[in-house]
Amino acid sequence: MPLFGKKETVTINYISHAGVKKPIAVTVGNSVMEGAIRNGIDEIVAECGGAAQCGTCHVYVEEQWLPKLPPMQDDENAMLDTTLCPRRPNSRLSCQIPVTKELDGLTVHTPEAQV
Amino acid sequence: MSVVIVGAGQGGFQAAWSLRMEGYDGSITLIGDEPYLPYQRPPLSKGFLLGKQELESVTLRPEKFYSDQRIELRMGECVASIDRAARKVVLASGSSVPYDSLILATGARVRRLADREALYLRGRDDAAQLKDRLDRAESVAVIGGGFIGLEVAAAARMLGKEAAVVEIQPRLMQRVVAPVVSDFFRELHETHGVRLMLGSGDVPRADLTVAGVGVIPNVELALEAGLTADNGIVVDEHLRTADQNIFAIGDCSKHAQRGRLESVQNAVDQAKCAAANIAGKTQVYAAVPWFWTDQFDAKLQMAGLSGGADRVVLRGSPPKFSVFYFRGGKLIAIDSISRPADHMMARKLLAAGVEVSAEQAADENFALASLVNR
Repeated sequence: MPLFGKKETVTINYISHAGVKKPIAVTVGNSVMEGAIRNGIDEIVAECGGAAQCGTCHVYVEEQWLPKLPPMQDDENAMLDTTLCPRRPNSRLSCQIPVTKELDGLTVHTPEAQV
Repeated sequence: MSVVIVGAGQGGFQAAWSLRMEGYDGSITLIGDEPYLPYQRPPLSKGFLLGKQELESVTLRPEKFYSDQRIELRMGECVASIDRAARKVVLASGSSVPYDSLILATGARVRRLADREALYLRGRDDAAQLKDRLDRAESVAVIGGGFIGLEVAAAARMLGKEAAVVEIQPRLMQRVVAPVVSDFFRELHETHGVRLMLGSGDVPRADLTVAGVGVIPNVELALEAGLTADNGIVVDEHLRTADQNIFAIGDCSKHAQRGRLESVQNAVDQAKCAAANIAGKTQVYAAVPWFWTDQFDAKLQMAGLSGGADRVVLRGSPPKFSVFYFRGGKLIAIDSISRPADHMMARKLLAAGVEVSAEQAADENFALASLVNR
């Protein structure tokens, strides 16, 4: 059952470290992290609940989507230096990516582990 | 095997999940006295009050998560007592739940003022009521210049309300930060139009009075079961109480050496440690404490515990700076204001326990990373 009533959704693709792709209908306005934890993508942990404080919602974003994402703030940038799996140029914290209509089809890869 | 967790806040939730991640395969029962699925509290005084976040969004995981993980939820149930001899918890409803291991994650409740009507902020219902009243008020008086009080005052101002903060101590957040940090936040709040009344007990008239004057750990269940508690249920380095089958974690727990802490970090990391110990490992709780608060456009991030510091050194200068706390020449804590990179480095430095000199701390050209990445 969705947490909120009927709202506009777009599809976010979560691909696990093992290569399993799960397309999820995520409500516009939620973060990519929230879309994961509310829909059984347990590869996203999000211990701090979305405050860019814990680095456990780390994802690797497919390259073509990077320009469409909001720019990285200082706190996210600092946190990405502490993630369990190595930071790459396409690393982002999924809690810092609000889902918009323009992100329909966004594909992110979850790392092997978060904690 | 069966594990019962009393308290379904951040710590209780994490303990249940961590038990599964540790490979524990027995039954898990998570008992909470609120009618809601486990939820996180930090946004209640931040994004939710500001109207940026819906109340439902604080829910940690949907119901399906618990069924998938085989975690039995008993929400809206109060625990009446613990029968240690029979190893079971007795619910107020009359039924009982047997355990092999019991985790007490009972949290804390707000301290209430005896002489005054006020709203408080701890749980979802408190937040919903406060938000409703705040939206309709034109002025707010906040009693208490700690984290909760200051976050409420900042939210009130950002919503265009008049806000005053009354604090009996001469400076803000006095118990936990250095004067330089208090001073920065005093100026921040005053710049944004908050009326600060420091060293005062006179509460101004306002449409709404909110009090944030600390919490009291919920230790009664433990005490009545014959466990030791004194401002927290006393636990050893493995987070066990005097009863080897009973653990206490989070806000209600008092570590024999480290004391009692109220934070998401402490709840989560203690939950992981207790879960590991129940799952057969032998883990000592040794995590670096960290905490954050958002007020207006400033973010204060704290790592370590600064109590007992005999020297403070600044890195950078307001409005973006960090305060390094030393005791006997040893770095014990770092507070960072809008310098998130310093904060992450602080956690690494404190976890590694490396030596940092006051000169290195103060020198922005000195790369602190060189101390941990060797």
